[in-house]
Amino acid sequence: MIEVVAEILENFKGEVSLIKILQEIQNNLGYVPKEAVDEISRATGISPSQIYGILTFYSQFRLTPPGEHTLKICLGTACHIMGGHEIFEHLKSKFRIMDNETTEDGLFTLSKVRCLGCCGMAPVIMIDEDIHGRMDIQKTEKLVRKYGGYRHETV
Amino acid sequence: MTEVKILICHGTSGLSAGASEVYKKFEEELSKQGLERCELIKTGDRGYFRDVLVDIIHPETGRVTYQDITPEIVPELVEKHVKNGEVVKKYSARKAYQDFFAGQKRIVLRRCGEIDPENIESYIEDNGYKALEKAIKGMDPEEVIEEIKKSGLRGRGGAGFPTGVKWELCRAQKNQPKFVICNADEGDPGAFMDRSVLEGDPHAVLEGMAIAGYAIGSNEGYIYCRAEYPLAIRRLRIAISQAKENGFIGENILGTGFSFDVKLIEGAGAFVCGEETALIASIEGKRGMPKPRPPFPVQRGLWSKPTIINNVETLANVPYIILRGGDWYASLGTEKSKGTKVFALAGKVRNTGLVEVPLGTTIRDLLYGPGGGPAKKMRKIKAIQIGGPSGGCIPENLFDTPIDFDSLVGAGAIMGSGGLIVLDDSTCMVDLARFFLSFTSDESCGKCFPCRLGLKKMLEVLNKIVSGNGELKDVEFLENLAKSIMETSLCSLGKTAPNPVLTTLKYFREEYEAHIIEKRCPANQCVALLGFEINEEKCTQCGKCAKACPENAIAWKKGEYAKIDREKCIKCKSCIEACDFMAIE
Repeated sequence: MIEVVAEILENFKGEVSLIKILQEIQNNLGYVPKEAVDEISRATGISPSQIYGILTFYSQFRLTPPGEHTLKICLGTACHIMGGHEIFEHLKSKFRIMDNETTEDGLFTLSKVRCLGCCGMAPVIMIDEDIHGRMDIQKTEKLVRKYGGYRHETV
Repeated sequence: MTEVKILICHGTSGLSAGASEVYKKFEEELSKQGLERCELIKTGDRGYFRDVLVDIIHPETGRVTYQDITPEIVPELVEKHVKNGEVVKKYSARKAYQDFFAGQKRIVLRRCGEIDPENIESYIEDNGYKALEKAIKGMDPEEVIEEIKKSGLRGRGGAGFPTGVKWELCRAQKNQPKFVICNADEGDPGAFMDRSVLEGDPHAVLEGMAIAGYAIGSNEGYIYCRAEYPLAIRRLRIAISQAKENGFIGENILGTGFSFDVKLIEGAGAFVCGEETALIASIEGKRGMPKPRPPFPVQRGLWSKPTIINNVETLANVPYIILRGGDWYASLGTEKSKGTKVFALAGKVRNTGLVEVPLGTTIRDLLYGPGGGPAKKMRKIKAIQIGGPSGGCIPENLFDTPIDFDSLVGAGAIMGSGGLIVLDDSTCMVDLARFFLSFTSDESCGKCFPCRLGLKKMLEVLNKIVSGNGELKDVEFLENLAKSIMETSLCSLGKTAPNPVLTTLKYFREEYEAHIIEKRCPANQCVALLGFEINEEKCTQCGKCAKACPENAIAWKKGEYAKIDREKCIKCKSCIEACDFMAIE
């Protein structure tokens, strides 16, 4: 992991944007681990507190490894009034996790997202890169099962 | 056989409905039936969000639009229409589709759904980069600015500042270098026009930027696009590299000596970065926190150099204005709001999608023309919410108000970036206000305390009301706090965030009172105030609620009232959403 970080830092030598460096690390590792923050700080002289300042300000960054699939529930205005919030609450209780957490089996990371720009198809869910529109709880259940969800139920 | 063209919508919406499977099936079927000479084109979304749209342009039939196309239908379409020139009526676009496009005036969206956004040739064939050529070969920068001023174009991101004036102010700055920034951080929930333009016609934005660069004397542009739009980012990357290969961007453009480079910056997910000073901070790699203005970015912007920041839709208008002239553009719209505007229709309306109409069109014409009226026959549209979290609600009795930069302000709302969410009698206005406050308090950058703490406090009070613990004094408290936040916040996020609360209080105070005094939610949405009981006076025994229940908690037989098993019920409201008669209370 440290090699990946070191390589990215080498490629970005002279790059002024810390955000870009962090994005590249997350693209490679799926999250930004503590070790990476220390390494960036050592290589660039930017203090870890400043780096964490960026990491926690922008919602894109994760400090813990993501699950196998990321499940994003859109909670923009249209999705809210069309029932997105209910889907989100339902999944939280089914998975027994909170926003931005990963299921125990490591299969899904659940997070809310503020508008995916597909309001015409509200409510919308995004699994990995695929968007699913006009959802309801029943359709969501089906989709989650398709990705292997709720395995703990059958145990 | 002469050539047949087949267009398939491949924007985010089309793809989510399965456009890529339809495309594959067409490829397969065309080769199977020996029709390889047909041209299959992946276009952006046309703006009508109703599953997969396919257009077949055949020399014998002209152009025919089909809707709701699935891979299973494709062999029949290829056999009958592509091969034999016979229109397959049962799949062709229905009246709602025609109504949706009738009455639109498409300038910004004119190529969305028509051209292949990943192929620069497709853009060039449709007068692409002609405006840039006209500007840099035949006009002085001052003439370009004059033309934009004449057009009356105002910023489409929401603030409505005259674009030509902004450019002129920046041109007058002596400091070098200067920068052009395209604000593609479309953060307003409920707005998706910029995404569609970037996905469907990215070169128009690049051309607009290059013209802006020429006008203000800049050689470097940045596009700041939000990370939530992966397809837009991918298409922009392709467009930038193709424009460079073809000499429309880069060194010595078209041999004129003018150079302009464009870089793409991916946002990292922060609503406040739509604010221009926060956006600049973010490009510089810092936390996106706004700064007090003045100095304005035209004076001290990116890296403290003169910078103009224009929205995607604004820039997409520019090439058209240069080609057709400012006077022509100014002939559209109203006296103070010229041209057209793209509105994103969503929520409880029959036709959802992007509608481009001349500014000054009334809310009613928009909703009942392209919008096609309420989503469900039994429901009544009671209001719209316009302008995102900074905007407000407009009740039904004001639907004859024209939508432009100024008219809505008197009603307490703003046109903003054009997100228009339709609300019917099953939408709770208190809950909607609470939703917006949860959004803005989440997205507050935390720099100034009225926004950071004030919005949190407002949200707490609204949570108290929707959970049935509200008191009458809370309403007055909300109004007072709203005023303080608006007067003392640093940037427009805080200055406008209380708007959704103030407008719902202004027009729907009785809903607040019902929650507080009667402990009742008139729209049957606030879970804490619902009993989940069937009102037999309203129930028509249709059984839709039972089918919608994910927990099988509703017992129903034909000819009987439905019955909810309270033990099994998880209060997910699927039944309430499904019921056409608001019979579950």
